[in-house]
Amino acid sequence: MNTTVRPKTLLEKTKFDVTIKRLCHQLIEVHNDFSETVLIGLQPRGIFLARRIQNELEKIIAKKINTGELDTTFYRDDFRKKELIPNRTNIDFLIEDKNVVLIDDVLFTGRTIRSGLDAMLAFGRPKDVELLVLVDRRFSRNVPIQAKYVGITIDSIASQNVRVEWKESDGKDMVTLLDK
Amino acid sequence: MSNLSVNHLLGIKQLSKNDIELILSTAQNFKEVINRPIKKVPSLRDITVANLFFENSTRTRLSFELAQKRLSADVVNFSASNSSVKKGETLVDTVNNILAMKVDMIVMRHSSPGAAIFLAKKVKARIINAGDGAHEHPTQALLDAFSMQERLGDLKGKKIVIIGDILHSRVALSNIFCLQKLGAIVKVCGPLTLIPKFITSLGVEVETNLIKALEWCDVANMLRIQLERQEIKYFPSLREYTMLYGLNKEILDNLSKKIIVMHPGPINRGVEITSDVADSSQSIILDQVENGVAVRMAAMFLLAGRQG
Repeated sequence: MNTTVRPKTLLEKTKFDVTIKRLCHQLIEVHNDFSETVLIGLQPRGIFLARRIQNELEKIIAKKINTGELDTTFYRDDFRKKELIPNRTNIDFLIEDKNVVLIDDVLFTGRTIRSGLDAMLAFGRPKDVELLVLVDRRFSRNVPIQAKYVGITIDSIASQNVRVEWKESDGKDMVTLLDK
Repeated sequence: MSNLSVNHLLGIKQLSKNDIELILSTAQNFKEVINRPIKKVPSLRDITVANLFFENSTRTRLSFELAQKRLSADVVNFSASNSSVKKGETLVDTVNNILAMKVDMIVMRHSSPGAAIFLAKKVKARIINAGDGAHEHPTQALLDAFSMQERLGDLKGKKIVIIGDILHSRVALSNIFCLQKLGAIVKVCGPLTLIPKFITSLGVEVETNLIKALEWCDVANMLRIQLERQEIKYFPSLREYTMLYGLNKEILDNLSKKIIVMHPGPINRGVEITSDVADSSQSIILDQVENGVAVRMAAMFLLAGRQG
C-alpha cells in the first residue's frame, strides 16, 4: 500500500448501519413476509452482510428467514490463475422455485457473482434470483451482471481496493477505498 | 498454506504436514459437494485424466473415476490386461503415447514399488500413485486419516494399531507416514513373519498379542492377508491366523472401551474380521469408501491447481 495516499472512508459506523437498514426495507418492499424468499451469502466476505441483513430483517418482520452460505471456489473461471482456498458451503434448505437474494460485500468485475450463479444451481432451480451488494464499483464489470439492491455506488479504478470491515471479524464496521 | 508443496502425489513420505492438512480440509469441502442434489462441480473441465491400472482394483479405480467425473474432468481408462504392455511396450513408452493424446494427469497403480516415482521423473504430467507394489498407497492413507478425524477430531496423541499382513501392505506404510505426521501414535500387530524388520526404525512399536493391541488403541485398522503376494507360507494356516489375529464381536465387546474399526477393503469376511464386526456400529468401513471420493477429489483439485 502506498503510505503517502490516505485511505478514503466511504462508510463509517452510523452510515454503515443506516445503509444496511435501508437495504432491508427495500427487500421487504419486494418480498413482503419472505415466505418464498431465501438469502444466500457468498463466501468468504458476503456471509457477514447476509447474516447482518438476516438479523435485521428477522427483527423487523419477526420471523425466521432461511439464510445460507455459498462457496464459489470450485466454479471459478480463474482457478489455476491464482491460489484459491475453498470455504464452507452451508445451504440446508431447498431453493427450488424460491426467490433467491444473492448477497456479497463488493461487486467489482462480476466474476464471483457469475460463479455464484453456477454454484447455486447445484441446489435447485430458483424461481427468481436477485443480487444485493454493499458496494458497487461501477464501470468495472467484465461480465454483464448488475445488482438490484446497492448500499453505495462508487467510482474507482482497477488499481484501487475496496476494504469492507465487519464488527464480527475485524472489530469495526467500515468501508474504505485504498490505493494499492 | 493454500497450495501443495509437491507437483505429484507419489507417496505420503513426500508430503509435509501442511500438505496433508490442506488435502484433508479441502476434502471436507468436497464431501459437502458430493452430498448435494447435484454432485458435480466444473473445476477440472479442462483437464484430461488417464487411469492406468496395471494391477487389479475395484474400489480405488471406481473411486478415482467418480472423483474425476464429479470434478468434470475427461477420463480415459486403461487396464494392463488388454493393452500393448502385453506386446512388450515399456511403461514410459506406454505413458508417453497416452500423453501424446494430450492427457494432463495420470493415476497409476503398478505392482513395482517406486513405479510412480520413476514415471514422475520421466514424463510431463501430474502423477498420482494409486498403489505401487508393497510401497505406498497415499490416497488410502489420506482417506483413512480423514475418516479417523471425522470420529476423533485432531489425531495428535491418538493411538492407532494396524493389524495383519504388514509385510505386503502398501496401506500400512502410507498410514504410518500419514498418521505420524499428524501426531498420532502407531503400532503394528500381527505374526512376526508378516512384520518387516525395518518397521521399528520408523518409530512404530510391534505387538504380537491382538488383545493387548486392541486394549491399547483408539482405532484398529484391519488389513487383509494378501495371499496373492505371498510366495512362501508365512503362517501354518488361515484358520490359525484367524484364531490368533481375527477380530470377532466377542473380542470387541469384551474390550474396556469402544474402539473404532477400519478396513481398507477388500474384506475377507471370517478371516481377519467377522461379518458382525464389519457391519457393527463401531465399524466405519463404508464411511472410508464415501470419504475416498472426497479425498481423491481434493488431491486432484489441488494438483491441477498447480498447473498455473
